[in-house]
Amino acid sequence: MVREIVVNPVTRIEGHAKITIHLNDDGSVREARFHVTDFRGFEKFCEGRPFYEMPGITSRICGICPVSHLLASAKACDNLVAVETPRTAVLLRRLMHMGQIIQSHALSFFYLSSPDFLLGMDSDPSKRNILGLAEKYPEIAKQGVWLRKFGQRIIESLAGRRIHSSDWILPGGVKTPLSKEKADAILSETPKAIEIALNAISIFTKTLESLNKDVENFGDFPTYYMGLVTQDGGLEHYDGRIRIMSPDGKIVADQLDPSKYFEYIGEAVEDWSYMKFPYYKPAGYPGGVYRVGPLARLNVSSRCGTRLADDLHKDFKKLGGNGVVQNTFMYHYARLIEIVHCVEKAEEILRDPEVLDVNVQAKASLNRREGIGVIEAPRGTLIHHYKVDEQGRISWVNLIIATVNNNLAFNKAVTQVAKKYVNGRSLSEGMLNRVEAVVRALDPCLSCATHAIGEMPLRVLLYDSENRLIGELVRG
Amino acid sequence: MSKPVELTIDGKKVTAKEGETILEAARRNGLYIPALCYLEGVSSFGGCRVCVVELKGSPRVFASCVTPVTGGMEVVTDSEKLRRYRRWAVELLLAERPHVCSVCVANGSCELQQLATELGVDHLRVDREWTDYEVDLTHERFAYDPNRCILCTRCIRVCDEVEGVHTLDLMLRGKNSKVIFDLDENWGFSRSCTSCGKCSASCPVGALYVKGKPLSEVKKKDLVSFIMERRSEK
Repeated sequence: MVREIVVNPVTRIEGHAKITIHLNDDGSVREARFHVTDFRGFEKFCEGRPFYEMPGITSRICGICPVSHLLASAKACDNLVAVETPRTAVLLRRLMHMGQIIQSHALSFFYLSSPDFLLGMDSDPSKRNILGLAEKYPEIAKQGVWLRKFGQRIIESLAGRRIHSSDWILPGGVKTPLSKEKADAILSETPKAIEIALNAISIFTKTLESLNKDVENFGDFPTYYMGLVTQDGGLEHYDGRIRIMSPDGKIVADQLDPSKYFEYIGEAVEDWSYMKFPYYKPAGYPGGVYRVGPLARLNVSSRCGTRLADDLHKDFKKLGGNGVVQNTFMYHYARLIEIVHCVEKAEEILRDPEVLDVNVQAKASLNRREGIGVIEAPRGTLIHHYKVDEQGRISWVNLIIATVNNNLAFNKAVTQVAKKYVNGRSLSEGMLNRVEAVVRALDPCLSCATHAIGEMPLRVLLYDSENRLIGELVRG
Repeated sequence: MSKPVELTIDGKKVTAKEGETILEAARRNGLYIPALCYLEGVSSFGGCRVCVVELKGSPRVFASCVTPVTGGMEVVTDSEKLRRYRRWAVELLLAERPHVCSVCVANGSCELQQLATELGVDHLRVDREWTDYEVDLTHERFAYDPNRCILCTRCIRVCDEVEGVHTLDLMLRGKNSKVIFDLDENWGFSRSCTSCGKCSASCPVGALYVKGKPLSEVKKKDLVSFIMERRSEK
């Protein structure tokens, strides 16, 4: 008889999700699915609102990385007013983005995922969290908290507050320039931030050795990869053009115009999830499964463009054949390398002579009827696409969220991990935690992905071959 | 010369001018009574009921912005009953249209928001109306979002009494009332509007505002009283 296991809710992720594991008669795993269970409807209720309200409204999609939505939305609005944003404003937006990526990656690594590998996949679930980490490894926990705070402080120095600083970003630029004192204050802390990130890398690489067996089957499968790159193929987060890499490491498309995303990305819908399933059009559905986010960005880019990160990037590429790292667990590694890069990049921006200039907004009213903004959010490529009527009221919205790009990959990853670890005849908590852990490695933000409200716990349900629910594990 | 009138407000002896309202007398003597639809410099109509006070000897409450002072009057501006009345007034205003502070241009400089904070309105006891009025962005400089309008009519009074063109007025009744331009034209097509901006400067919420500017930079609550004062000097 076939059974189904349901993990619901999935814990230590951003948003609500459940995993169902379908079993064969002998208790082995046939298939696993990652379900997103919320529906929010941002794309619908934004209709009729003035376009310049969009950064403020869409940034409410998420309290973890509101900045990502702010920036993607602001870029779409820049597009609508069709003016050239002053260079200083671009530098400041980029700086804010660096702060955002640093804090979000620090949250993902230290708060959400490190308890799994520092305390152990099978350790007591009541202690397998940031508090348990603080008890056993107080120094690491403190460093994680500090690093996140550092990122948040960059955002605060620019916009006056850490979360939902939506009135600072305006179409055509930003509201206020950066003061010298604040720039210097951030610069004085960058060496410590780099030290912490490098330390986390050495902790992680040591963990890799001890987790060797676990890691082998941890969502290690071939997919396409997508990310923004600079003109010469370097790592890019704020601007740039799309590059797509095939599972065997070939660049199959390069310097694609991100505003024409619909020409190469299709969106499929399944009746068991509120999350859409994007795929790379030339490869079809579901063969065109692709991944985005830190792992994808490091895979598609040929270099980072900052000193320390470039060296780390070279080491990273060696982990996979043809320079493509396919293992989902390596998202953590990529995330840490990106932290180093972002701190270095923040330093570079702060040392730019134009960063303190006071001309930070190009003012204009509506000049176009359609605007698209694309950035690399911490979790991957984020697309905001708006159409407006003649007055500038939103008439149509499409948001492709970073996490959504990874939807097909989530399902592949949970299936692979479930097949390896789950045995329907003798369920254990640690077994299911591994299934959750692979989800955590991809660092989903489901509140964003369903554009959902509230906390994000996870549930696993177990079904038999007649689709009868025979077991359930709930946490969160 | 008008005769001075003696009254007490919260036990304090106050001298007011004949014909003055309780609210004006209180403010001139540095005493605080909350108010919302009242705007110094234009006529009052007692619509919002936030400025209610009690008068000794009467079981009723009175809108202080339209109640003239009389000799020997004993006014109470703060009591459990008044706080309850005011709270309900503000709650009903908040419930009447979809006021979402976090994404409103007035956030942080909104008089309704400030009153709600002051009166401890942290939730609503009645269901909200999710109105879906069309936002009017046809004017080059200003925007009008009826979904945020509290029907205080400050804009209408200012347009009529200060600018003198009476572009703005109300149509329909009760909670369906709507502030309109001319005969319900889009703002950008109004033939009488002089684009002076006094209406948006007087709007206590984010219903009428200057496009592209945070409200904290453009709200000028005292603009009307300033203009009227300068006019009276001439």
